[in-house]
Amino acid sequence: MNIAWYIVLSSLLFATGAVGILIRRSPMVILLCLELMLNAGNLALIAFSRMVGNQEGQVFALVVMVVAACEVVVGLGLIVAIFRRKLPLNVDDLRELRG
Amino acid sequence: MEAVLFFIAAIGALGGAIGVVAMRNPFYSVLALLAHLFSLAVLFLLLTSAFVAAAQVVVYAGAVMVLYVFVVAYVGGAGESAWEPIPGQRFLAPVLGIAIFTELSIAVLSSALLALDTKGPDVGSGFGNPAAIGHLLLEKFLVPFEASSILLLLAAVGAIVLANRRADGEAVTPSGHSAPKARPEGVTASPSPGATR
Repeated sequence: MNIAWYIVLSSLLFATGAVGILIRRSPMVILLCLELMLNAGNLALIAFSRMVGNQEGQVFALVVMVVAACEVVVGLGLIVAIFRRKLPLNVDDLRELRG
Repeated sequence: MEAVLFFIAAIGALGGAIGVVAMRNPFYSVLALLAHLFSLAVLFLLLTSAFVAAAQVVVYAGAVMVLYVFVVAYVGGAGESAWEPIPGQRFLAPVLGIAIFTELSIAVLSSALLALDTKGPDVGSGFGNPAAIGHLLLEKFLVPFEASSILLLLAAVGAIVLANRRADGEAVTPSGHSAPKARPEGVTASPSPGATR
């Protein structure tokens, strides 16, 4: 398959994740949609790495995976803290910082 | 054969992504993301990056998804309200998504990257295997590798601080232990305060 197919699929997955972030209210599902967007970026990185025949793009993808794991850990810690304080798990109700 | 595998994996990845967005129950969203991640690992294998595919399955589908399932089971799948703070948000969001997709596709496909219409250069069987990636990580990219390990450590410490029981604004005695009567009553399965420390 040509590299362009992978790039188009990657942008489609990115758009799906962005739509999910826009329409969902639960912080947990929003974190999952962030994962979708990061993975779409990973797919593009690896496709371009294959396109130029250079393995360094795969190292970039590994670093993106590390950043995604950190984001998941901190985000889930935040969700547990919100739940412990008995605040609503809904991003529309958590609007104190909105101004 | 490769095209068939690509389309199966692409449909799996796209279906998993749509499932994450569309499922009402967060638990099913996590399962859909699991299918998405496995399909993506197949795509990585098609792009001859074996080590990243293995890391994807082990790190994401293994560790991160277990973490998600734990938190979903702890918090519970709360239903979302139908109230929309922005009128027409559910109709505007897919329009914006289609706009993003169109823009990204135009930006990449109309660029001057001539190699986009090829399968990439012929690479040997050693392309993207663990030995090659390990050489790159430990020789050329040693500083980013160590920096990412420090980032992981900081994230772990941050998660412990965030989810710590003493950060709940409860009454804290001078010895540093929270008073047992101030524990949240909604948490029934939590161990006793003496067992947590």
